[in-house]
Amino acid sequence: MTSILLDPTGELDPVKRLPRRKPASLANLTVALLDISKSRGDVFLNRLDELFKAQGIRTRRYKKPTFTRPAPVALLQAIASQCDVVVEGLAD
Amino acid sequence: MSISPELSDGLVAVVKQDCPTCLLVDPVLQEIERAGLGLTVCVQDDLDFSKATRILDDRNLEHSFGLGIETVPTLLRMAAGREVGRVVGWDRKAWAALCGMATLGEGLPAYRPGCGSKSVEPGIVEQLAVRFGDVGMQARRIAVPPLEDDIELCFDRGWSDGLPLVPPTEVRVYRMLQGTRRPPGEILGLVPPNLSPCTIEKVAINAVMAGCKPEYLPVVIGAVEAALDPVFCLHGLLATTWFSAPMIIVNGPVRERIGMNWRGNVLGQGNRANATIGRALQLVVRNVGGGRPQEADQSTFGTPAKYTFCFAEDEATSWETLAETRGFDRAQSCVTLFSADGPLGCADQKSREPAALIYSLAGSLRAVTHVDVANAADAVVVIGPEHGRVFDAAGWRKEEVLQALHSALHIAGVDLGMGTDAAAPVVQAGAKSTRPKFRPEGLTLVRAGGEAGLFSAIIPGWLMKGSLGTDPVSKEITP
Repeated sequence: MTSILLDPTGELDPVKRLPRRKPASLANLTVALLDISKSRGDVFLNRLDELFKAQGIRTRRYKKPTFTRPAPVALLQAIASQCDVVVEGLAD
Repeated sequence: MSISPELSDGLVAVVKQDCPTCLLVDPVLQEIERAGLGLTVCVQDDLDFSKATRILDDRNLEHSFGLGIETVPTLLRMAAGREVGRVVGWDRKAWAALCGMATLGEGLPAYRPGCGSKSVEPGIVEQLAVRFGDVGMQARRIAVPPLEDDIELCFDRGWSDGLPLVPPTEVRVYRMLQGTRRPPGEILGLVPPNLSPCTIEKVAINAVMAGCKPEYLPVVIGAVEAALDPVFCLHGLLATTWFSAPMIIVNGPVRERIGMNWRGNVLGQGNRANATIGRALQLVVRNVGGGRPQEADQSTFGTPAKYTFCFAEDEATSWETLAETRGFDRAQSCVTLFSADGPLGCADQKSREPAALIYSLAGSLRAVTHVDVANAADAVVVIGPEHGRVFDAAGWRKEEVLQALHSALHIAGVDLGMGTDAAAPVVQAGAKSTRPKFRPEGLTLVRAGGEAGLFSAIIPGWLMKGSLGTDPVSKEITP
């Protein structure tokens, strides 16, 4: 006999979640550098910032209040409206 | 449940062959038919036993369930789909009055009790409710194909923590939902990382899979509510590379009602409530929230505590309970969630004075996170009965033990600055100053464990930093 089970999941998962296509070039784009507030993340991002600027690429710096929680919505919206790509800096 | 049109008007008798009283009244049913009163006879088993002419097959018990029959025979009078009269069992005067036939059943005894309706036999009620009732369960139905193993299907769907699950059939989930008065559709919050709405029904489904009994459900619901409180920071706790899992400590009368363990092997296996309540919470995170290892769960090592970590406190001691410390009284049942790694044992079989035992406990606590790091994580210390007796004999209450532990736990100028608080001063190695190992509220003491063994258990947690990390959360358990 066929038995019926109830779905224990959120039933919201898309079949596949694709990341956005990566840009071919960073020319004329703005790069967000997001510090997630882990120790020494700034060391990594400062160096990246130097390298981007040396190539004439615009950057903007952002920081999460804490790495333990997701970024606040206002921060996500600011990055999305002001930048084209994001580098999120992990560290330790 | 609506009443079948066939039963919406006139007299309805519900009977079964396996009932001496039903056999006794069968001639009466024919008498009512002969009087032309519009009688329908619902038969629950052998359709041939009654001599009445208008028989309705109720072997699937749909009508008996819909009419709420608990005893057979039951005689009802219906009008426009509504019940306007009911007699349970054989009661000559009452039957006569309901039929308006003064001489009905003459010669029969005045009264005979009936038998139990087949619709209320053990295990049947839930099946009928699922089949014919409005049980309010909204989850997607997944058919297990014939010849396929339902336990294997649960594995294949990715629902399992690695151990077999109890397949969440409609009947099992309905039965689980009887453990709470809260409606199946009530939303408790959004479960990270996918931020999926979590209903009581979803909790019940996962509680079934975890192996819970219905009477555990309110505790699981309380644990889910606590976990979804933003203060607990479940998203970060799930995603961290650190070891920690949610740990549930239960206080209050519910501990005894559902048979929880706070005695020997309290942090270990073997007690169904302890084991399955903690597992149910983890399955909610996995299935409703989508939090899975090597995906959103980025833990380097994990911990066995991620299968399940739940226990009750021993409240038969002289100390204030965890619940009392957190503002509840002993008549209330509640859960408190901490982030927790596996327990670290502290053995001290020699100290008979509190001060010596404080030295041992503080020395062991110093190793939490890293021996030279201060104020990174909180810790719960489960004081075993034999260690507890050392404090009790000297009249030390919980507050005094906590104060002594904090005093003994200052790190001498060697904080490596690994906390999350950027504003906290980083003390260079070799500096003269000291820093407290734990924040003032960072140590929690509870009492539990088996009678023998001069041990206590240190349970360190993840980053406990208030708004920058996780804080313990308590919730009252509501029916």
